[in-house]
Amino acid sequence: MTDRFAPGDRVRTRIADPTGHTRLPRYARGASGVIVSTAGHHPLADERARGLASAPRAVHHVRFAARDLFGEGDHAVVVELWEDYLEPDGST
Amino acid sequence: MSGDHRSAPAAAQVRHVEALLEARGLLAPGEIDERIDALAAGGTPAHGAALVARAWVDPAFRERLLADGNAAIAELGFSMGGALQEQKLTVVANDEDEHHVIVCTLCSCYPIALLGPSPGWYKSEAYRSRVVREPRAVLAGFGLELPASTRITVWDASAESRYMVLPLRPEGTADVTEDELAGLVTRKGLIGTAAV
Repeated sequence: MTDRFAPGDRVRTRIADPTGHTRLPRYARGASGVIVSTAGHHPLADERARGLASAPRAVHHVRFAARDLFGEGDHAVVVELWEDYLEPDGST
Repeated sequence: MSGDHRSAPAAAQVRHVEALLEARGLLAPGEIDERIDALAAGGTPAHGAALVARAWVDPAFRERLLADGNAAIAELGFSMGGALQEQKLTVVANDEDEHHVIVCTLCSCYPIALLGPSPGWYKSEAYRSRVVREPRAVLAGFGLELPASTRITVWDASAESRYMVLPLRPEGTADVTEDELAGLVTRKGLIGTAAV
């Protein structure tokens, strides 16, 4: 399976609030960031939590500027996200 | 289970489910405790400190540790394989311009094999919710006042990796032995809530 994204790509996280388990933290939803590295390939936690078969897919370290998450702050937050949570960021 | 949370409703639910699974023969008595013990077996911050000291005295090891943590820690006899599957280890190195700090905002993911059981504050809602939002103030609360010019990067262990911070080697330690250097490294330093 080919990874949808690679380090350096600008991505935007999904905004949907799923009903079940997810590993996309609420504070990081609908935010624009940059992939800094790939953290391997793993079954999607959302599917495993529901007892579904899940093929390994890319998990990325995505770096966000605090200002893009919280509207303030000069630090950065790196969140580890399955590619399912990400869309290409067309705003740049 | 680690810690005393017998009154927590979730703990009562877990005990109930555990008893049902045992009654149906799906789980051997005490099996969960055994698995937890296996996961935590031998885990202590001394492991993380030994890795940091080696990285300080051996630049080539430092590079290997940052490039592929799992392979590098095997050189010192450590492993991230205590859980059901081996966890990926990502080591992030502090430098003069950037300071790293680790959190798990969703639960309490932590590199137990290298740092031992996590401290209570690491699992607290206050730390987990505040450090992503205002790390400079949280670190100041730990007594770590960083220069305004030092950028802070917070790593949220939201998926499969576990993280460890490689602190800056303290000044004035050029003649200190590797063992003595390891003795300078604290658990907070390995999490990023202390300088070393």
